[in-house]
Amino acid sequence: MRFKQIVSVVGAVTCLTKPLRRPLNTQMPATTSALPPFQVLVEAHARTVAAFLRGMLGPEDAEDALQETFLAALRAYPRFDGANPRAWLLTIARRKAIDESRSAKRRPTALTEPDSIAGPPPAEAPAEELWAAVGELPPKQRAAVVLRFAVDLRYREIGEAIDCSEAAARRSVHEGIKSLRTRSRTTGLEEALR
Amino acid sequence: MNETIELKRAAQAATTVEVDIAGLSAQVAVRAAEEGILDVAYCDIESPVGTLLAVATTEGLVQIGFPDQPRDELLAALATRISPRLLEAPARLDPVRRQLDEYFDGRRREFGLDVDWRLSGGFRQRVLRETARIPFGETRSYMEMAASAGSPRAHRAAGSALGSNPIPIVVPCHRVLRAGGGLGGYAGGLQVKEKLLKLEGILGS
Repeated sequence: MRFKQIVSVVGAVTCLTKPLRRPLNTQMPATTSALPPFQVLVEAHARTVAAFLRGMLGPEDAEDALQETFLAALRAYPRFDGANPRAWLLTIARRKAIDESRSAKRRPTALTEPDSIAGPPPAEAPAEELWAAVGELPPKQRAAVVLRFAVDLRYREIGEAIDCSEAAARRSVHEGIKSLRTRSRTTGLEEALR
Repeated sequence: MNETIELKRAAQAATTVEVDIAGLSAQVAVRAAEEGILDVAYCDIESPVGTLLAVATTEGLVQIGFPDQPRDELLAALATRISPRLLEAPARLDPVRRQLDEYFDGRRREFGLDVDWRLSGGFRQRVLRETARIPFGETRSYMEMAASAGSPRAHRAAGSALGSNPIPIVVPCHRVLRAGGGLGGYAGGLQVKEKLLKLEGILGS
């Protein structure tokens, strides 16, 4: 990663050989913003957002949605409070994923496509089959399950990303798993979820 | 718990993917520029004096950083002072890259680039604007620069303005030397100043 996460921001431009006696600039519009360069967010969180979108939409639509998410985030960035960039980006990504599913007017079943990097598995193991069924879950449960298992977030963090309490996030994940269990027909799945 | 480990393994296998960060930034930057929300763009430019960091606003070139200057801090400072809508976006810097290449190849004596002067105010900006008019291959003293900026006795302030030049090379502060012929100072290091003066035939090589 080329950027370090910058929390405190230096006030002076660094192209200096001598310390300044007065502020360099007198023409700057007044701003209290201390947001890091947007590039820092892209470098720190693009992988997480990409994993979430793949979980929500499947590999093909996820690529477009990733670009849409960061463009929408850039639009809104000056109004962002800077507090929790990952949750903020995931919130935007979830909205984009829902838009994407709606505009395509199709059921979100793209998850069944084999992973292009790993190559097609010879026979679907129960967990893979189970994961494929995640694409059938209602959006909120799907988002919660994807954030829990693909992005590996804690319930509190899931709540921040889907805008609900920690308890509600936990409920969404559990309802999702319960629903997967109901849908699953193979014995292997029943056992995997017991 | 067994089932969650299994589900996690499957989930991560299905969602883990290499993300081309530079490609993503570039694509977002192109669309942002179309919308007019790419406030600050930067990219690296290779040169005989090392990898330069070039930064442009919608107004023009606003900063050039030398290799030994801490780039993260420099960009963070620009995010605060100009706008946090700041992305790595080589396209906006294409004219800068081309003209710097030509300059270092000895095929360009004058830069024709839009410059954003906002990082320097008042007297500093006057000194730097005058500096931008010093022709290729010529030099001035700090005293002469102070005089041309309207304050003949402010040669120390002129030196400080030149030391804080945010856009070295393109605003050729390397052409300003001490009255006695000494090199004076340079933010990018004196070897860089020497190299530029040799390139322009001011110093013998």
